[in-house]
Amino acid sequence: MPRWRVLAVFLLPAFLLYSVFIVYPLVTALEYSFFEWRGIRQTGFAGLANYRDLFTIYPYDQQLWRAFGHNALFFAGTMLIQNTVGLLFALLLFRHGRGKRFLQAAFTTPYLVDPLVVGYLWSLLLNPTFGPVNSLLEAAGLDSWALPWLGDTRTALPVVIVVNAWQWVGFPMLLFSAALAGIPAEYHEAARVDGASAWQAFRRVTLPLLTPAIGVVSVLTFIGNFNAFGLVYAMAGSTGSPAGSTDVLGLLFYRVAFVEGGTEAIGRSSALAVLMFVFIFGVSMLAGSYFRRRERRLL
Amino acid sequence: MTARGRAPGRVAVHLLLWGYAVVALLPLVVMLLNSLRPTSEIFTTPLGLPASPTLDSYARVWTEASFSTYLLNSLAVTCGAVLLGTAVSALAAYPLARYDFAGNRVLGAYFLAGLMLPIRLGLVPIFYLMDSMGLIDSLLGLTLLYAASGVPFCMFVLSAFYRSLPGELDEAARIDGAGEFRIFGQIMLPLVRPALASVMLFQFVPLWHEFLYPLVLLRSDEKFTIPRGLSQFFGEYTTDWSALFAGLVLATAPLFVLFVLATRQIIAGLTAGMSK
Repeated sequence: MPRWRVLAVFLLPAFLLYSVFIVYPLVTALEYSFFEWRGIRQTGFAGLANYRDLFTIYPYDQQLWRAFGHNALFFAGTMLIQNTVGLLFALLLFRHGRGKRFLQAAFTTPYLVDPLVVGYLWSLLLNPTFGPVNSLLEAAGLDSWALPWLGDTRTALPVVIVVNAWQWVGFPMLLFSAALAGIPAEYHEAARVDGASAWQAFRRVTLPLLTPAIGVVSVLTFIGNFNAFGLVYAMAGSTGSPAGSTDVLGLLFYRVAFVEGGTEAIGRSSALAVLMFVFIFGVSMLAGSYFRRRERRLL
Repeated sequence: MTARGRAPGRVAVHLLLWGYAVVALLPLVVMLLNSLRPTSEIFTTPLGLPASPTLDSYARVWTEASFSTYLLNSLAVTCGAVLLGTAVSALAAYPLARYDFAGNRVLGAYFLAGLMLPIRLGLVPIFYLMDSMGLIDSLLGLTLLYAASGVPFCMFVLSAFYRSLPGELDEAARIDGAGEFRIFGQIMLPLVRPALASVMLFQFVPLWHEFLYPLVLLRSDEKFTIPRGLSQFFGEYTTDWSALFAGLVLATAPLFVLFVLATRQIIAGLTAGMSK
């Protein structure tokens, strides 16, 4: 057992670095949200007024719900497109012989690219006049499909969701592949001996056994989507253009804190930060315990 | 199910998988090819091979748009932060994992809590904290912040590694009269080296890509990291598409190089962890 002075040499550098730059700002954000601000001066205790303002004062009362709705759509769309396709690829690759490694590497390559680069790259590729995507569609005779993808309020958010899925689809694929490899082969044989069709075997045997992996993928997708920033910033700027149709909570927080928050920026943006944290953390915890209960029922 | 009955299905599966491989890789190939073509050529034929490949746009991006500066800044900040974060964590995780002193558990939980906290939500206080320390628009400030953000993850992984080492090792050294720092430096640290390598690599990627902190904390062009510089650059070079594609390639290339070089090291690190 070393002496306290020796222990301190080991522990203090990490303790100080972590406390000053991570813990202190988080605790302070909570404190800031309960105070009244004029610029960078605290003018008194505000109770929950900053929180109330987010729901009652224009433009936050509209932008907050709109951004929240977009995050919810982002999550739903990602689960539906990215994670379903990821599972499909994992299943198809599971018994795939030649080229399996190459295909896995190809599907996961976009994930190595900075989300900001992905966003800028696709905004060039989807450009209505000079972008290769529309010229490809026109060359294939699909002129009516050559839309101003990121310029139209109806297509912008779905396009962001698909581009995000393009980047991340390798991640659920790898997790599901690992989970599939862990299912004993006897289970599939037993199902076949009992005369189950391929679909029945998947629905009744494989899918329930993938519950833990589905839980992990869902929670991580949720956390990632509700923290989205770089990709959307690159494709739609800090206002979520066109006309706020791609605005998400991350962008809204940035704008309230540093762009258009005015003299009350500190209090209100801190309140928004705390709300986001409580929501994301709370839902992740609930989802985690839900999936653990489902798992226990399997055993 | 006969082999013949499954054949059309197999063809469809192959088409789907190889077709998607094209979808996954083609945009990156287009990015590379277009960076080698002059803008006029990109505008007339958006999809095509370079008629006469040229590196002109790279020269422009490298010097005029100061990508060389962004690259050096990114390297300095990311490497500095990864080294600092890993070093302090390697020190702190050792006594936490191997000695039972008062407060050990509380301190361990305190560090691990950082794994679950969304540190970006402390952005506003971080801004004013940096401001009060004169670290706005400073690469040192960004390095310290990045290093701190890696501490919880490093502590988590390294503690597990230290714990897995047999207790006889340090006991024998202690009987031979070695001091704590010597045991740490000459016995423990070399044994967790594979873990140190993978921990550093896992920190590197998100820090290399970090955008929100530099967006808020950096002000002047000569301090920008690559993501921050890229966002500036896309505002200024809107019509020079050749340069835009070259910028994207330059922002992406370092990480690809790192991964090609390091893949073997990551796999070694991970399997070393599993076999214990």
